[in-house]
Amino acid sequence: MSDTNDEDVDVDLPEDAPDPEEVEPEAADSAIEEGAKEIPRGLPLRVEGLQKSFGGITAVDGATFSVEEGSLTGLIGPNGAGKSTTFNCITGVHRPDSGDVYFRGDEITGVRPHAIAQSGLVRTFQIARELDEMTVLENMMLAPGLQRGESITRSVLPGLRSDVVDQEMALREDAWETLEFFEIDHLADEYAGNLSGGQRKLLELARALMTDPDVMLLDEPFAGVNPTLEDKLLDRIHELREEGLTFLLVEHDMDLIMEHCEHIIVMHQGRVLDEGSPERIRNNEEVIEAYLGGEV
Amino acid sequence: MSGTSDDLLEPLRKLLAFDAAKVALMFLGIWVLFYALGDLRGFDLAGSISLIRRVTFLAAVYAIAVLALNIQWGYAGLFNIGVAGFMAVGAYTVAMLSSPASGTPSGLGLPLPVGIIGGILAATIIGLVTALPALRLKADYLAIVTVAISEIIRITYNAPAFSDITGGASGFDNLPTNPVRTLLLTEPGSVISEPTAVGQVLFSFAEGYNIGRLTVLNGVYTFGTLLVLLLVYLLLERAGKAPFGRVLKAIREDEVAARSLGKDTQNFKVRAFALGCGLMGLAGILWYAMGPRASVVPTNFRPELTFYIFIALIIGGAGSNTGSILGGALFASILFEAPPVVRNLVREWFNVSANPANMIEALVPLASGNFDPLAGFLLANIDTLRFIGIGVLLVILVQRRPEGLLGARKETAAAVDLTEDTRPGGRRSSDVAADGGGETSE
Repeated sequence: MSDTNDEDVDVDLPEDAPDPEEVEPEAADSAIEEGAKEIPRGLPLRVEGLQKSFGGITAVDGATFSVEEGSLTGLIGPNGAGKSTTFNCITGVHRPDSGDVYFRGDEITGVRPHAIAQSGLVRTFQIARELDEMTVLENMMLAPGLQRGESITRSVLPGLRSDVVDQEMALREDAWETLEFFEIDHLADEYAGNLSGGQRKLLELARALMTDPDVMLLDEPFAGVNPTLEDKLLDRIHELREEGLTFLLVEHDMDLIMEHCEHIIVMHQGRVLDEGSPERIRNNEEVIEAYLGGEV
Repeated sequence: MSGTSDDLLEPLRKLLAFDAAKVALMFLGIWVLFYALGDLRGFDLAGSISLIRRVTFLAAVYAIAVLALNIQWGYAGLFNIGVAGFMAVGAYTVAMLSSPASGTPSGLGLPLPVGIIGGILAATIIGLVTALPALRLKADYLAIVTVAISEIIRITYNAPAFSDITGGASGFDNLPTNPVRTLLLTEPGSVISEPTAVGQVLFSFAEGYNIGRLTVLNGVYTFGTLLVLLLVYLLLERAGKAPFGRVLKAIREDEVAARSLGKDTQNFKVRAFALGCGLMGLAGILWYAMGPRASVVPTNFRPELTFYIFIALIIGGAGSNTGSILGGALFASILFEAPPVVRNLVREWFNVSANPANMIEALVPLASGNFDPLAGFLLANIDTLRFIGIGVLLVILVQRRPEGLLGARKETAAAVDLTEDTRPGGRRSSDVAADGGGETSE
């Protein structure tokens, strides 16, 4: 039942989200103050007082945190801490009951998911959502934003189609490069449905990358992935970070988070319990309590 | 297949040639079959050609309707079971706009091209109006809404209240003049009137083979319908083998994933739905508003029509445009037109004269070894029995080959070839080359 409701909410979202104009300068200022240093575009991502309940259950209860430019930020917490709901509220899948989400200083609360993705904030899913009956290369070429050939007229009319074909050739080249980067280029002509679990995770990440994102939200990208592949994925993520991408990562594996993230946000019962460096988190009694004492 | 990697279009051309060959072969097969059936029944050449013409026309209009459904259901997964309603909107709009004012009900008497464009637009707009609220629903609810819309349309046209405009239950008695008649005859209303220059050439050529004027007129119209079918096919191939079609396929597979990649899925669904409805309107126009089967009455647009078109799409393979043509044509010819012809043939050959009124009268004589009444009964009811046959075929198909004739074929949605190894720099590892050539790998 709640599923259907969510779907409705999602579709019925008005496009006239609260006017971002008023908020923007302030948010940008605070972003600079809070250590985004010389980058004037504002913090990649800031969440303020986010609240979301389903029926009687409050999944997210006033979460506030931000993600620094170019960082690999980990979001951890026991099951039911509200991590996935937070992700869904950020990416527009759910509309929060209250609270705001800012992307690069612009308020994006309640904006529809496709518009958020188009603006450069792209997510992957806990269970890889590759498109089974499309080939790997098709999956990849789907992703880039606002392609010329998405217009029927341009695809169909003889004079205009050559533009579409030109763009498709360029896209195909990008897709091949990205597939090679993730070392799944040998699977290009395979149906995505035939891929193994780990290969799907790689494809999901590669496909999200094809949208040319600015910030990526990864929902448990290592779940069900063997250690070798996990290392490979992590290498890729670090490489992409060096190229300027920002990552927010939900993960259960504490060791992995401690080793790879420089900033960690701990959620518990819908709130941010603590955030900071791995050392700080490791020595926080409350965090240990939440993990060991919680209803895992 | 080791094509040079420079010539990117070569495999595409090969593929197209292959599909064209398939379709041509199928039509050829249908023609040979019906020629043979006509011949067995003792038809002369003119009679056989008339039979072939009729089958070809039905195959062509079915194929157009199936193609229109394929963009909605095959590509985007939109479960539209209101096909008949959108066809009705097309046919009725043409009748209303272009029928002469002298008929009952009186039309506006506008030129036929205006009527045709109006009919397609009306079907598109009704499609849009349906789509805007309905496409927010999940698949099964969309299906309910579309079948309801289709019935609302039919019942509205049927309603006595609107009979001044729609003709109510009896429909239009004076449809717009068949454009082929205008082309070939100086007085389109009369078949025996003086032919035009073009008409003169065609009629005298046909007379050499004893083929009558009516068959020529209908033959030219059927040829025109085949041309429209080709245009619709090209339109949908190009729209489908492009980023537009790719997003539609993604919506069919997983709408949430498509949305998370920045695709405004609602917008794509509405456009695909409207495009399909417009083409259904076109199919309705060619089929019912003019030509050899012209008749705009509500009973033409019952929900069965939608189901036939769905069956044809399932036979051909949802998602494949070429498959849609094959499915539409095979359904119309083999499953729909052939049984009555075969019935007449069997009747003649075996001299079956018995015509029992019911099943019991047909079965009882079996006890005394008399098979005649049963045979007579089966033959007399072949129009109904063929649907049992279609049902059996569907069951077999869904069990043995749910993907239809061409549905299993790997048809990638892109304006460029994705099956070959097209890595920049032309690096080509041997394992890729091995499966690089076949577009039919499963």
